[in-house]
Amino acid sequence: MSLKDILSPFSAWKRTLEKPYTVKKPIEEREGADRYRGFHVNDIEKCIGCGTCEEICQNEAIDMVPVNFIHAGKGDSGLRPQIDYGRCCWCALCVDVCPTGSLGMSNDYIWVTSDPQEWVFKPGVDDKIWKDDDKGYRRSDEAWLLDPKLTPMPVMEPDVRKNTFDEMAYGYEVVMAVEEASRCLECGICIDACPTHMDIPEYIKAIRENRLEDGLKILYDTNPFSESCGRVCTAHCQDVCALGHNGDPIAIRWLKRYITDQTAEKRNEILRIGKSLPQKEGTVGIIGGGPAGLTAAFYLRNYGYHVVVYEQHDKLGGMLRYGIPQYRLPKEVLDREIQTILDTGVEVKYNTTVGKDISLKELKEQYDALFISVGAQIGTQMPIEGIDTPGVLVGLEFLDKIAEGQRPDLGERVIVVGGGNTAMDVCRSSMRLGAKEVFVYYRRTEAEMPANDEEIEEAKEEGVKFEFLTTPTKISKQGDRLKIECIRMQLGEPDATGRRRPIPIEGSEFTVEADTVIMAIGQKVDSSMAEQAEVKATRWGTFAVDPDTLQTNVKGIFAGGDCELGPDDAIHAIADGKKAAYFIDKYISKKGKHHAETK
Amino acid sequence: MKSKKSSETTKIKNKPEKNWPKIPTDLDPWRPVWAQQKTFDLASGKYLKIWHGPQHPGVTGNMSVELTLEGDVIVEAKTHVGYLHRGFEKLMERRKYIQCFPIVCRICVPEPDFNEYLFATGVEELAGVQVPERGIWIRTLVLEMMRAASLTMGLGGQAGAFGLVPIGQWGVAHRDYILDLFEELTGGRVYHMYIIPGGVRQDLPEGFAEHVEVVMNKLEKLIADIERVMFNNAVFKARAKGLGYIPPEWIEPYGITGTTARAAGVPIDVRKDNPYLIYDQLDFDIILGSESDVYERTRLRKEEILNSIRLIRQILKRMPSGPVRAKLPNVLHWKIPAGETYVRAESGRGEMGYYVVSDGSEFPRRVHVRGASYTHAMAVLERLAVGISIADLAGLMPSLQTCPPEIER
Repeated sequence: MSLKDILSPFSAWKRTLEKPYTVKKPIEEREGADRYRGFHVNDIEKCIGCGTCEEICQNEAIDMVPVNFIHAGKGDSGLRPQIDYGRCCWCALCVDVCPTGSLGMSNDYIWVTSDPQEWVFKPGVDDKIWKDDDKGYRRSDEAWLLDPKLTPMPVMEPDVRKNTFDEMAYGYEVVMAVEEASRCLECGICIDACPTHMDIPEYIKAIRENRLEDGLKILYDTNPFSESCGRVCTAHCQDVCALGHNGDPIAIRWLKRYITDQTAEKRNEILRIGKSLPQKEGTVGIIGGGPAGLTAAFYLRNYGYHVVVYEQHDKLGGMLRYGIPQYRLPKEVLDREIQTILDTGVEVKYNTTVGKDISLKELKEQYDALFISVGAQIGTQMPIEGIDTPGVLVGLEFLDKIAEGQRPDLGERVIVVGGGNTAMDVCRSSMRLGAKEVFVYYRRTEAEMPANDEEIEEAKEEGVKFEFLTTPTKISKQGDRLKIECIRMQLGEPDATGRRRPIPIEGSEFTVEADTVIMAIGQKVDSSMAEQAEVKATRWGTFAVDPDTLQTNVKGIFAGGDCELGPDDAIHAIADGKKAAYFIDKYISKKGKHHAETK
Repeated sequence: MKSKKSSETTKIKNKPEKNWPKIPTDLDPWRPVWAQQKTFDLASGKYLKIWHGPQHPGVTGNMSVELTLEGDVIVEAKTHVGYLHRGFEKLMERRKYIQCFPIVCRICVPEPDFNEYLFATGVEELAGVQVPERGIWIRTLVLEMMRAASLTMGLGGQAGAFGLVPIGQWGVAHRDYILDLFEELTGGRVYHMYIIPGGVRQDLPEGFAEHVEVVMNKLEKLIADIERVMFNNAVFKARAKGLGYIPPEWIEPYGITGTTARAAGVPIDVRKDNPYLIYDQLDFDIILGSESDVYERTRLRKEEILNSIRLIRQILKRMPSGPVRAKLPNVLHWKIPAGETYVRAESGRGEMGYYVVSDGSEFPRRVHVRGASYTHAMAVLERLAVGISIADLAGLMPSLQTCPPEIER
């Protein structure tokens, strides 16, 4: 034992002069670090209630609960996270996984409350001392656990596809489909947005787990046109996809197509089409063999009724056949899909126009129930001078001809008027017919165009040129060509639909020449048959129905699809068909809400 | 038979004997130490049985040692754990891989990051995920900071066990300075949940290197003070030298690792033996001792802190730029290919390992944690405690770096 060892420890006294490492709370406050993970904050406006935070929480600390002032709607479940801090471990995985980026954590250290109930609260809804804009842990792009990048669909090069009507998208390979399917969060926000409420997370899961047969069954539970929808659906589901808030939404449409493509050959076998159907007394007549009519036919047949479809063309499919060009929806695909529906035992009377060949009243007497789904088949004409000039075509009729295999010569320079999906189909078909220059004239700007962004983008890739804020005022013949007088527009106040109304700019008139002008500015419903059975129509010419049951004012006559909605997309028609089938079944089996009043 | 053996072991062994017996027969796997039943005649009044813990302040965490005393001298010690069993290994089998990530750090309170690192690297190995270069460097930085923090508190604990209370307070306060750094880096103080499969969660915040340097300087100053107050202290020397001698022959059969093994002169260090992360690119040596007693082990831990400080400076100086995290597949449905792996790292206490088994599903089939405490604090302690004074037991336990949460998982 040395003297040094005895004296040396006394140097500890030196430390008494050091500043102690303590905080004199509450005189002094110490702010948490910028990244500190304290209690949660939630931007409830941004939050969509997808529940991914609840899904990832390993402590089950998060519950999705309804909040008074937030209402469920398209793309919002109306629920918000409620967190139990007796369970929370402050790992912030919920923050890292949040698809919208609404969830975060404050950097408050200390919070004292005497009420144990207060430890379970809804961040962003319940008032707390910390604010949303305070510092604290927020998800960085690098820390985001989700994959915002879409698996791209292999498509034909624009230079190749603009010369052919062959289908432009090749479809996903197995690896691509599984990769895309694995991006899904299974939040189910999409189900509500889909008009026919397809069980999207379940069939995506089936792809991930390579259970395509189950996937197909799930598709046919709600949509017998899954294969066509897998190609041309307007995909309302993708508009609300949780991943779409900070990245690309899941390619739900392409995944649906993947299932149907892979199982196409064995479809009837997997679905046991036509086998062991229930048998029910009752017959249903369906007027119009488009998506709405055939969907209703499919489900009614599966309910066990005898179903007869009246179709004015010699082929079924309606707008899917005559309105959508081959390069988006090949006819073979549509044919095999319709064949599946027919294989259930649906009877079809082709080339029969109800209203002319047979009256609605006669049909009403023949069948227990009728479903009118004639669509919106008449192209709208523009009320301008020279609209009858040869060389001026109507968009729908033009597409109709192409669908029947005709390849009209449009000349070198084509002008398409309109901004909807029909206008896109027309202008892109015109490119494929060999037109050198195709222009789209639209009276508003690109932002207001009703066509899908994807279609506009693809049209541009194929060389279609766009003239916005432009409308024709007069068309006349000048030699072999057409002379079109146009005027520029500007946007004024928003109208009833919320879109800004175009107003002509005086003195901005100009003249262009073209070989062909195609008007694709809208469609109308031909509801002239309605009066034969005293069915009421609205002032827009559509059939008036009870929105809950799709029944018209005449008991036993239902209407749906474009002829009831006005021009809309296929998936709404399919949804109407499914809904009508359900209520027709209720009606016939006399269990429905109109049971007391009916025969 | 009953009291025959006990009378032989009553001599106080404060100093290592030169002719310590070679591998004792009770290392025979067919006759393990724990299975040897010794019975002491308590009714005779010669022996006294007491429980040391689980509420004893000198015990490192919630474990207890059942002692049989003859006077002040321990004649038998049995370790009892189970006060802290939370079933983490089993919990993980019911959680997706990403959901295990916030759990694993809780397996060991003083050194959570080693658990995070090992779980992440095990999963990465099975899934074939490549961590970006900078992510690997940051991981090494975090592990070294963690080692420094843990050992600093450990030094304080060791001192506190012998009544040198101020050093305990200095140690805890200086650990807190490092925890401040962790708070700045990760957002958490004790449990960081920072090393995630794929890399680390976020890049270093701005000015982090300077903040680290400030704390490292404080730590160096502290070590210099501790050198004077603790290692040149007649009382500490008198009590710690010769206490808890572990002969080098024990190291392998008992599975002793870390500073406890190196203090006996056995050069075992996973960082050198099986270089992981970037340890093969860093300049450092294995720190070896020879005396293998409590004093030597404590001294080695002090040296390890200084070594960690040197490593941290090297890492911060040479840190490459780039991304810190590899993109994982969607973690909500992340399936790891079937397989198994054992990954290991040198924690502050010794070798820590994770054995991860995947059956190809979204959930781990089995995760087994190998911690240094398990051998040090249970099997070895039972041997070392026999023959020492009861007053020295509290000093012996921290020298073996006992961490009950890691024993029990």
